[in-house]
Parts: sequence; structure tokens; C-alpha cells
Amino acid sequence: MIKRALTGAVCVATLVAGAFVGMNAVADEHANLIVNGEIEMVVRTEAPEHMENVDTIYSGWVYRATETQALQMDDFDNPGMLWVDQAAEYFETAQGPEGRSCQDCHESPEALAGVRAVYPKWDEERGVVQTLENQINECATERMGLEPLKYTGSEMVNMSALLASVSRGMPINVAIDGPARETWELGKELYYQRTGQLELSCANCHEDNYGNRIRSDMLSQGQINGFPVYRLKNAKLNAVHSRFKGCVRDTRAQTYAPGSAEFVALELYLASRGNGLSVEGPSVRN
Amino acid sequence: MAENVKPRVRVPRTASAGEVITLKALISHKMESGQRKDGDGNTIPRSIINRFTCDFNGENIIDATFGGAVSTNPFMEFEAKVPESGTFLFTWYDDDGSVYEESKEIAVS
Repeated sequence: MIKRALTGAVCVATLVAGAFVGMNAVADEHANLIVNGEIEMVVRTEAPEHMENVDTIYSGWVYRATETQALQMDDFDNPGMLWVDQAAEYFETAQGPEGRSCQDCHESPEALAGVRAVYPKWDEERGVVQTLENQINECATERMGLEPLKYTGSEMVNMSALLASVSRGMPINVAIDGPARETWELGKELYYQRTGQLELSCANCHEDNYGNRIRSDMLSQGQINGFPVYRLKNAKLNAVHSRFKGCVRDTRAQTYAPGSAEFVALELYLASRGNGLSVEGPSVRN
Repeated sequence: MAENVKPRVRVPRTASAGEVITLKALISHKMESGQRKDGDGNTIPRSIINRFTCDFNGENIIDATFGGAVSTNPFMEFEAKVPESGTFLFTWYDDDGSVYEESKEIAVS
């Protein structure tokens, strides 16, 4: 009898300790993100009107551990900035048959501040929704005479990180009306479509269960305002379409290709779910 | 020489005499461990930064040895007490014999 009572006491102690560890692992949910002591980010705000099931949208930064959050608060500590520097050099370098550089047209990366925030965007001339990557390749092939950069290759990811970095702090503001509507509707359909052997849709994890754990990981809302993302798991910058691919693969489905019409549509839809959050790229996640 | 190696350091511009300051040093380097094999099964030779030092006005502050398990783009953060104005000299030693240096001045009042 005494022995049983003792066992019970041990169990209670263990549970309390477990709860304590759990609390520590999750960062302060009211923490604010200020980068370099000057760029104030919106990490939580009212959801855009078109979102029926969510009231407040949160940046993925909110769901990360305190140590991971701290890495993004100073550019020196943010490993993603290494590749931003490389892209800044690329930006200035004349190349291709015409010997032109990005800065021949665009002066400086800072001149492109605000661009990241409005992509993907309807392209009147081509009659499709273009991502920032499509736009970079349009410049590379049509104006510089280069071979297109690989959609999720390092040069492309670096350039997209550079363009994101100069827009940091600006609110995501993609247009979903007018001609972009059709693409947006397709993106929405993909978001709620269950796929793969596990029959999971994006919404099953990122709308129904954000803030809950999936094994050892904390599920975020799947916001894409922080892309490209430096991930601790692979120690490099990750493009948003690479992340989509990883997620779809995790449902045990055949994935769409990076740069495909489906992923472009999904990117537009996801970006629109983050309208109002700040551009954070290159952000740091686990 | 390994590709895209770029050292960068952060030192406060000013400090008061005897203050303990935080120094940060980061170098972009692929830090090939020597444990990996290429597509044909041949070992990829080790190519890492094997030593890092920091000196202040000629006096050594830190001298670290790195092994194969150190991450890519190694980041060092440490503290030092500054008695006077001077220069911090940061040095990284590569397996291939290259030496990368970066220095920063500090004004101590």
C-alpha cells in the first residue's frame, strides 16, 4: 500500500517536471521581433478578410524557440545574411553576352525595396501570375541574355533573399482581385485539397493545428512572409517552392515541380493569407 | 583556396577602460569534414578552418582549434576586457594553408 502511494507521488512529480520543460521550450508568445534594433516587424495581426477560419495571423517566428528567434534579431547572427552578401556581389557583377549587371537598370538593391511585398503578381504582358523568381529570370534571360537560373538553385535563392532583405518590415500586400483571381482560386483549392497516402491538406496542419506539436515540432500557420528561410536543419537558405515540395512529400504524395503553375498558385494564395505581416526574409527557422 | 570565404567580425566602436565587451567572428566556409564520399565513392578530402585566434595589440586573447565536427560557416562569440584603445586582429587558418585576417579598432575612454 505504501509502495503504491509512493509510486503515485513519483508520477505526479514527473508530470510537473514535464509541464515545466514544455513551457520553457515554447518562446514567449507575446515577444516582438525587432531586427538590428531598428526594423520593427509585424508578427501578429488581424487576418485578411478572405480567411474564413482564422482570426489572427502569426508569423512563423512566433512559434520558434527563444534561441532561434534571437538569431533573426541581428543581421550578424543571422546566417542567411551570408548569402544576401553574395547576391549583393552578383547584383553588381556584369555578366552574360551583353556584359550587363542588375545594377545597370536597378541602381542598387535598395531601389527595389517593396518589390518582394507585392509578389506573386499579375503580369499584364504575359497574361500570367509571376513570382519574384519568374521576374528575376525574365530579367536574366531577356535583358541580360543569360540562361535562366534554376528555380530553387542557390543563385536564385540568394537573389530572392537579397530582394526580400531590402523590403524587410514592409507589409505583405499581394493583390488577389482582378485577373489574378483565377490563379488565387486554384491556390485555395490546392490548399484545402487532401493529398498523398496520409490524405493531408495544408489546412489540416497549418489551419486546424497551428500551435500544436507534430511529434517534436511546433506547427506554425505556414506563413511564407519569411522566405527565403535559413533552416537550422540543413544550414542553408530554402526557397518557398522547396518548402512546398517538402510539405507535399511529407503527405506521401507525388509533388508538383518548383516553379510549376500549381506551386505559383499556391504561393499566391499563401502570400495572401499573410497580407499584413512583414516581409522577414531571410528569416531563421528550425 | 576554398570558395566564397569571407571573414566578418563585430567589435563595439567604443568602450570604457576595463569594460568586458562581446566580440563576434563569423567566416563563410564550407568546412568539408573529410567524412563524406562523392558520387563515385571516393572520400572528399577534408578542407576546414583548423584554427582561429584573436589578438589585441599583439596580446593573444583566444586560440581555438577546430575539428571535423565544427559546422559550416563557423561562428565564434567570446568576451574580452579592454584596458586601452587598440586593434583586435582576428585570424583564421585554413587546411590548405590560406590565412584569413580581419581587424577592427576600438576607442577606449
